Amino acid sequence: MTNTSVSIKDLSLNFGAVSVLRNLNLDIRDGEFLVLLGSSGCGKSTLLNCIAGLLEISEGQIFIKDRNVTWEEPKDRGIGMVFQSYALYPQMSVEKNLSFGLKVAKLPQADIDKRIARAAEILQIQPLLKRKPAELSGGQRQRVAIGRALVRDVDVFLFDEPLSNLDAKLRSELRVEIKRLHQSLKNTMIYVTHDQIEAMTLADRIAIMKNGVIQQLDSPDTIYNAPRNLFVAGFIGSPSMNFLRGEVAASDTGPIFVSDTVRFSLDGYRAGEALQPGRKAVLGVRPEHIAVNGETAELHEAVVDIEEPMGADNLLWLKYAGQTISVRVNGARRFAPGAKVRLGFDPSLASLFDAETELRI
Amino acid sequence: MSDRSSLVAASASRLQPGPAGRKPRRMLSPRNIMLYGTLLVAAIYYLIPLYVMVVTSLKGMPEVRLGNIFSPPLEITFEPWVKAWSQACTGLNCDGLSRGFWNSVLITIPSTLISIAVASVNGYALANWRFKGSEVFFTILIVGAFIPYQVMIYPIVIVLRELGIYGTLTGLIIVHTIFGMPILTLLFRNYFAGLPEELFKAARIDGAGFWAIYLRIMAPMSLPIFVVAMILQITGIWNDFLFGVVFTRPEYYPMTVQLNNIVNSVQGVKEYNVNMAATILTGAVPLIVYFVSGRLFVRGIAAGAVKG
Amino acid sequence: MDSRAARRPSRLLRNIPAKIASIPMILTALVIFLGGTVWTVVYSFTNSKLLPRLSFVGFDQYERLWAAPRWIVSIQNLAIYGLFSLIFSLGIGFLLAVLMDQKIRFENTFRTIFLYPFALSFIVTGLVWQWILNPEFGVQSVVRSLGWSTFTFDPLYTSSIVIYGVLIAALWQGTGLVMCLMLAGLRGIDEDIWKAARVDGIPAWKTYLFIIVPMMRGVFVTTLVIIASGIVKVYDLVVAQTSGGPGIASEVPAKYVYDYMFLAQNLGQGFAASTMMLITVAIIIVPWAYLEFGGGRKRV
Repeated sequence: MTNTSVSIKDLSLNFGAVSVLRNLNLDIRDGEFLVLLGSSGCGKSTLLNCIAGLLEISEGQIFIKDRNVTWEEPKDRGIGMVFQSYALYPQMSVEKNLSFGLKVAKLPQADIDKRIARAAEILQIQPLLKRKPAELSGGQRQRVAIGRALVRDVDVFLFDEPLSNLDAKLRSELRVEIKRLHQSLKNTMIYVTHDQIEAMTLADRIAIMKNGVIQQLDSPDTIYNAPRNLFVAGFIGSPSMNFLRGEVAASDTGPIFVSDTVRFSLDGYRAGEALQPGRKAVLGVRPEHIAVNGETAELHEAVVDIEEPMGADNLLWLKYAGQTISVRVNGARRFAPGAKVRLGFDPSLASLFDAETELRI
Repeated sequence: MSDRSSLVAASASRLQPGPAGRKPRRMLSPRNIMLYGTLLVAAIYYLIPLYVMVVTSLKGMPEVRLGNIFSPPLEITFEPWVKAWSQACTGLNCDGLSRGFWNSVLITIPSTLISIAVASVNGYALANWRFKGSEVFFTILIVGAFIPYQVMIYPIVIVLRELGIYGTLTGLIIVHTIFGMPILTLLFRNYFAGLPEELFKAARIDGAGFWAIYLRIMAPMSLPIFVVAMILQITGIWNDFLFGVVFTRPEYYPMTVQLNNIVNSVQGVKEYNVNMAATILTGAVPLIVYFVSGRLFVRGIAAGAVKG
Repeated sequence: MDSRAARRPSRLLRNIPAKIASIPMILTALVIFLGGTVWTVVYSFTNSKLLPRLSFVGFDQYERLWAAPRWIVSIQNLAIYGLFSLIFSLGIGFLLAVLMDQKIRFENTFRTIFLYPFALSFIVTGLVWQWILNPEFGVQSVVRSLGWSTFTFDPLYTSSIVIYGVLIAALWQGTGLVMCLMLAGLRGIDEDIWKAARVDGIPAWKTYLFIIVPMMRGVFVTTLVIIASGIVKVYDLVVAQTSGGPGIASEVPAKYVYDYMFLAQNLGQGFAASTMMLITVAIIIVPWAYLEFGGGRKRV
């Protein structure tokens, strides 16, 4: 036996002539928390619906717990699902909501009661059991929705943007709870979101999707620090990574990055392949990896355009080399618009992409 | 005390001379006189026929012949109502409108229930369980709603005759179900399609099938639209004339047909007061439905009409 | 639904309950709406009398139809009735809706009053207005009794204007619906449009005419289609109010069809006349459906 929980092989989905998912492969380990991340229309929710069996796939196979469930009904796949709009049955009490699926499956009443009691205890919703969904707050509703997946006693939990309908404060609270739930239950969880913070905080691995294709599947740390291509680099991080176009060149001290107006040393950059001089490239540096008026060897002059104080840190939009770049500094450091500053950065934290293939070098 | 007065004085002193506070508004502005005047005249125009019906039906025949139709009755009599209900003649029968009333009840109740049952399941299938071709059939159905009934009447007569139910109440109920289908299916399809799709998905994950989802999730959530459909069907079927006259035998004639036969019969002296009483009686059921249902009626016709 | 096996069910067998539930719709759409229409059109080319017979006579029935004075009168009546009922019900309906939209008091009362005739059948409507327009007792006699002894308002007994008598009744019955649809349309317009117009200092009537009405194009078109398809079907109202009289002065096509099919035992004529009605409706509906749903899809 493998320790694979969900396995997707060569999955494609077409709606008529439109191809939504293309030849997609994905293996999710047992007990893993996988986040599908992407902007709307990238196919992440579609993929989740395919795994749930709510959408019929065009080609490929889906395995759950080593069982081919490609043509199974949703109820027979061993999954539970939590939806963005909670999808609680409005005319039923919380208890009935939780028990509906179990009653349909004709489980003995004692068994049903036991499972509901357990779910209610885990989620701390015992006092709500007799209430109708309309009498609950958003956070409580989502808890009940999670409970509905919980009582099914399944191996795989599917979350379809479960926190998107909540306000910012509740969202971060429930985020922590979901993480705690995962730590105590150790189920496989597949979680769809467009929120980077949710993805970064919850995931064991993140799959970033675009146009029905997974761009990168890696740990949050790798995705953030070593994005595999230009899209992932620009998608993750807010504000997004600063990009400079130019080419690789050789110098006495090693490879450098040059454009019409700038030259940077790439000393310390861990390239995956040889840095051929003359290769057209894009250099990416995250806002927080740029030092302002620091001690770095190479210093470049820039002018402060806009300052956005955010409390904990302070975001500067600078005019540099004919474009606007963003820099994150400590919130205590303030700069007046028009002020001249000197920038420096550490090549080991930067990313370099091929200008043609947009892949990481 | 001194505190308060000083507060008042302080706040008063901050105001500059000139407009302050709420802008004065006159109830009797020329605009309002025009507005309410026009609405009132229109309201009177719409109310006159109802008033005339009631007034005429409460007069005796001699008074009807003498007076004008707008004057209130000098002597109120309920005899025309009694006569209209139980004695007015259509052809050979002289047992009044009561027969037509009960026929209409026998037609309206099953037709309403069956058409709603059929159309709601249909709309649900179209909204949540689309299959290849379902939209094509639906399009034909909706376009068909605009075809004049006259075009389809005779083929239906033949079909019903072949089934041996031409002229019976069963036949008429089927006809009402058929012609209620486009509008009701549209109504239910749009309503069910407007419910969150995730509910349907959640129910499928819970293992519920076609009928379980309809009966236990969708229908209980949709009581308002069922009421709207009932209003639509009760008034529509009660008010029907053409199908009643084409598809039933005289002993099953609905109230509208019987009313028309009573009032427009050429034999005998015209008893206008009885005619008006009969007219009110026939209009009473849909009117009561209308007044009781209020906003839902408006919603029903808007829903029925807007996306026709 | 109960397939536990990992075998892909065939396309036809999937979704079985939905297909069973759709049988009534499919039968209605195919057999009655499509089949019935085709049947009637086909038989309009036969000389069916008492019973439908498939002996084709080409366009004979249509030639006879267009040679019949009664049909010509019916068509003329329909044209007059249709034109005026479109103009007036849209005009009055929109005007009333605008008045109702002025944040008035008693809005519900007014709405109830304007809409209640729509709950009544055409038979009831026809009979009430027959009584009100009765020359011996109705409006004419009341005005005369007030001293204007030559006053004449006798539409139901005057051939040349009888159709206007029917029109009055129809407008009374139907304008409330138009008002409601228009009001719903007005209420559907973004409140911010009004605020913007007010800040820009555009007078209310100009806002209605140049901003609101163009925005309500969809509502107008839909209402137009509803009124128009109702006009073609007009039948009960005429039967109740005038029985087509005096003489044949208020005949309408729908009545022509019924009379020839069920009273005159001349089915062929009835089929031909109903086919003409179908064509009339098609002329209204097809362009609308084309605009509304876009081309491409097949229509009946």
